[in-house]
Amino acid sequence: MSLMIRGKPDDDEYWNSSKFKAFTFDDEDDDFTRLKESKRAVNSILVEDEDEEDEVEKVNWSGEPVGSISWSVKETASNIRSTGEVRDLSFPKIDTAPSLPKNSSGYSLSSLFKGKAKTGSLQSFSESFSEQSLRNYAPELRKPKSEYKDYISDWTPEETVKRMQQGKAYSLEKFHFLQDKLLLLDEAVNAHDGNVITAVLIFLKKSLSKEILFRELIAREIALRHYIHYLKEMGEHKHLVELFKSLGRTEDMALMQYRDHLNIKDENRRRDFLKNCLSLPFSQEDATHVLDHYTLLERQIIIEANDKHVESSSQADIFKKYPRKASILNMPIITTLYYSCFYHYGESEGTYSSPANIRKTFRISDKQFLLTCLGARAKLKAWFDVDALFTTKNWLGYTKKRSPIGFHRIVDILHKNNAPVQVLQEYVNLVEDTEQKISLAQKYKCHDVIINTYRDLKDRQLLIGYREKVERSSPEYRKIEELLCNSQIRWKN
Amino acid sequence: MAHSVRRDAPELPDFSLLKRLARDQLIYLLEQLPGKKDLFIEADLMSPLDRIANVTTLKEHEVDKLYKVEHKSIVSTSDQLCFLIRPRIQTVKWICDVVNADKAVGKFRRYKVIFCPQKFYACETLLEEQGIIGDVTTDEWSFYLLPLDDDIISLELPEFFRDNFLEGDQRWVRTAGSALHLLHSLYGPFSKVYGIGRCSKMAYESWREQVKEGEQRVRQADIGNVFLIDRDVDLVTPLCSQVVYEGLVDDIFRIKCGCVEFGPDVTSSDKSMKVMLNSQDKVFNEIRNEHFSQVFGFLSQKARNLQTAYDKRSGMDIKQMKTFVSEELKGLKKEHRLLSLHIGASESMMKKKTKQDFQEMLKTEHSLLEGFEIRECISFIEEHINRQASMVESMRLLCLLSLTENGLLPKDYRSLKAQYLQSYGVDHLLTFSNLKQLGLLVEQQPGETLTVMESRVGKLVNDKTAGKLTDAFSSLAKKSNFRALSRRLNLVPKSDEEYDLRVPRDMAYIFSGAYIPLSCKLIEQVLERDGWTGLEEVTRMINGHEFAVTGSNGSDPRGRSDAQRIILVMFLGGCTYSEISALRFLGKEKGYKFVVVTTAITNSARVLESMLDNHA
Repeated sequence: MSLMIRGKPDDDEYWNSSKFKAFTFDDEDDDFTRLKESKRAVNSILVEDEDEEDEVEKVNWSGEPVGSISWSVKETASNIRSTGEVRDLSFPKIDTAPSLPKNSSGYSLSSLFKGKAKTGSLQSFSESFSEQSLRNYAPELRKPKSEYKDYISDWTPEETVKRMQQGKAYSLEKFHFLQDKLLLLDEAVNAHDGNVITAVLIFLKKSLSKEILFRELIAREIALRHYIHYLKEMGEHKHLVELFKSLGRTEDMALMQYRDHLNIKDENRRRDFLKNCLSLPFSQEDATHVLDHYTLLERQIIIEANDKHVESSSQADIFKKYPRKASILNMPIITTLYYSCFYHYGESEGTYSSPANIRKTFRISDKQFLLTCLGARAKLKAWFDVDALFTTKNWLGYTKKRSPIGFHRIVDILHKNNAPVQVLQEYVNLVEDTEQKISLAQKYKCHDVIINTYRDLKDRQLLIGYREKVERSSPEYRKIEELLCNSQIRWKN
Repeated sequence: MAHSVRRDAPELPDFSLLKRLARDQLIYLLEQLPGKKDLFIEADLMSPLDRIANVTTLKEHEVDKLYKVEHKSIVSTSDQLCFLIRPRIQTVKWICDVVNADKAVGKFRRYKVIFCPQKFYACETLLEEQGIIGDVTTDEWSFYLLPLDDDIISLELPEFFRDNFLEGDQRWVRTAGSALHLLHSLYGPFSKVYGIGRCSKMAYESWREQVKEGEQRVRQADIGNVFLIDRDVDLVTPLCSQVVYEGLVDDIFRIKCGCVEFGPDVTSSDKSMKVMLNSQDKVFNEIRNEHFSQVFGFLSQKARNLQTAYDKRSGMDIKQMKTFVSEELKGLKKEHRLLSLHIGASESMMKKKTKQDFQEMLKTEHSLLEGFEIRECISFIEEHINRQASMVESMRLLCLLSLTENGLLPKDYRSLKAQYLQSYGVDHLLTFSNLKQLGLLVEQQPGETLTVMESRVGKLVNDKTAGKLTDAFSSLAKKSNFRALSRRLNLVPKSDEEYDLRVPRDMAYIFSGAYIPLSCKLIEQVLERDGWTGLEEVTRMINGHEFAVTGSNGSDPRGRSDAQRIILVMFLGGCTYSEISALRFLGKEKGYKFVVVTTAITNSARVLESMLDNHA
């Protein structure tokens, strides 16, 4: 197959200026054409009897062949090439708890532990390959009866945490002293087991006052984060608000309360809720955004009520011609602007639904405004409005087209909205960079632009070349012919 | 295709054992509730369950009807209900509602909740608080590891990323340790463990504790070495657009548990089709790791070969035809079907990407990675936002900008955030807060302006002086340091050389030659150096928690040399198909075989969607 590195001069600028001359996703690409051909070829290969829906594995409940279900764990055991010999397999402990007292020296091999496990845990998988392994798969069977007997025993925090990790019986009742409770918490954190950390926190939540618990959590970042996550998951927002308050994390608190608006379906109640949010201690920047949110919904409610009425009483043609697909409630600001440019274009700034009012209220940038407006008016094929968006008059009364974004982007947007060639070429012509202009004109088949550009470049060869690409006896063809015969032009080649 | 392959790469161990173990344990658990029962399955456990068992298996163990957990009231008439769920508070709350609703109307049933892969105390506490312990019994299904392919094993825990890195909840650390322990018991003993990242370190510790608690039977190791890596060590890579075939398919169609659903536009029929994507699919297996640009040529060639094979029929006599039909036709038809499927997929992907200005998008990404024309990149992102183009894509570009530039200038941050909220909704304030918390999208702090200056200087003078300056500056800066890392590890190849994607020379091919994934580069370097020696500067910039340890059996004379060249790489927080492709490439170059274990397969959309909070 051929190399994908392409050196054609008309390639995208980037592919020439950089090393990544890899491939393009261009529609006209040779590879794509080739792919299409392959597809045709493959699809055209005639095969008899299409009856078997075979081979391509489908996934459904009955898709897979039934394996041997009675396959026993004993068989598994025999699969493991076990020699029966038991040996210590030791790896060194490494320091994982930066906030807590270090347990070992770290990486040195001297810290290899050799100790045998204190309690014969049945949880380990390696055990499950022994004879009675089947039992180990039943978690309830893991705890021999005898272990329940010494229920109220003197397990240290460390032992307690270990038992909790292993799913064995444990008791937290005896941790009465604050100091013991905290030791237990620290031990859980030390064991890096979020499940156990949360379990201990639930115990502390029940057995300590909020003030004390919060105070102790401030100095324990890891435990604190577990606690916050647990409260979030449980939906205990009031408790969480108090926690954030006592930690001085007011912005987090504000955001968390603001989040609740998502649970309110009724728009009027949601608007009132957002209004109440305005007094929350957001950062200065976020406060502006929340104010925008409130203002937006307030206006959307007004616009929605009005437009619904207008639409149902068929007062305006635009709603008949383009019925609204969805309500404007809870849509983003830009969608609202688009809606307003679509249905309320030309209204005076005094009305809430006018583009000008939305632009001003939400401080929308020129660029953003133009893009949205352009999209909406092009969708309606209101080319006159599109034209007016770019037209400026200077002091002498001459008109000129200007745009805060490059005209090549404007052309793209217009094309995506199915603008006719006559409209497109007007904007292609406004592209400053000649190369870019030509490539756009080629992409969108704006023959006049190409021909005129070549004429202005006085490039006879390019013009002759282009003549081959247009249809014979088309107006373009004739135009080229005329130009080539024109003796007034002083060709450079 | 054209990779130079070292012939001595060792064989991978057989991971189907993991599936059998999981299935047998499930059967055992189902038998703990004798008699007919209805089974409610958590939505995201359905696909994993599909991979190891089927309806018949469940029916054989007296499962009557199957339901998906939908958090609605239930319609079952069975007097025994079994719930197969993830240990999530929301699901347990729903079960509590179901049970209490039954009790309220005097309906008596038996309930069993099977938590997969383990139960959490918070869930049990909830059952207790709701007064239904006793009515409900609980169990654990230790289904940690699902082999998705010969060399990919997934924990299928996408929430790992958010829980661990955003919420700071370490609930899955022990799960990761247990998964490692299971692999160690079945395919170990491991002799060396390398790692980087806080979570990796903790998972290592958890695993070590579990080894200590149990007993290891001596067996010959299949897997010798292990590399653990936290996702937050390298957040740039998963945010890049994927251009290797398998990654691209995942980005566009979303591969779920090794299976993809191709719509009518791909199948050229009116039906959608679910297709398994793995090494069993011979066509896919040959293109999965290829840069997308190479795929067309391959498929065309394949199509021609197929035509030739079919053409053999003409001129055959009856006997020859009979042999052809019985021996070759089936294989040809299978290949035919696969081929048209992948051609259809390629075509559909081309169309979609052409529509999205993919070309410009890639150009912007590459510029960000290179640190080149950043202002133009910002304008592109701004316009992307202004046009209300894909919300996730806009976010992805913003995050890439922040990660590669060490944060946004306050002025840019404010302006882009404001425009983003205008385009996609003010409630994304919550998303921005999450992204900031995780460090994906941040504002440069006043003290960090040095880094900006450094990158400016770097742009002005491109010589050794700049390098020295950079070092001086980077030792002062605190975070991210992508530029400096990139320079030190040569992640962005020199831009004055052409990159031939047909004959890739390094792992950068997975990103069109623009960038070698940091995650994979670290793995390569550590394996080469047998540790972190010489990488001190790098680990300091990553703020790494790196480690390299040798087990007591490290010098085991019985250790097979093959096992030492099989390396298990565990990604905590997810890895992308592109990274897997890069590792396969590295393996071929160096004679290793990599087994990728990941908490989930991820990509940019999944990473970012897990950060969204703007839904009720």
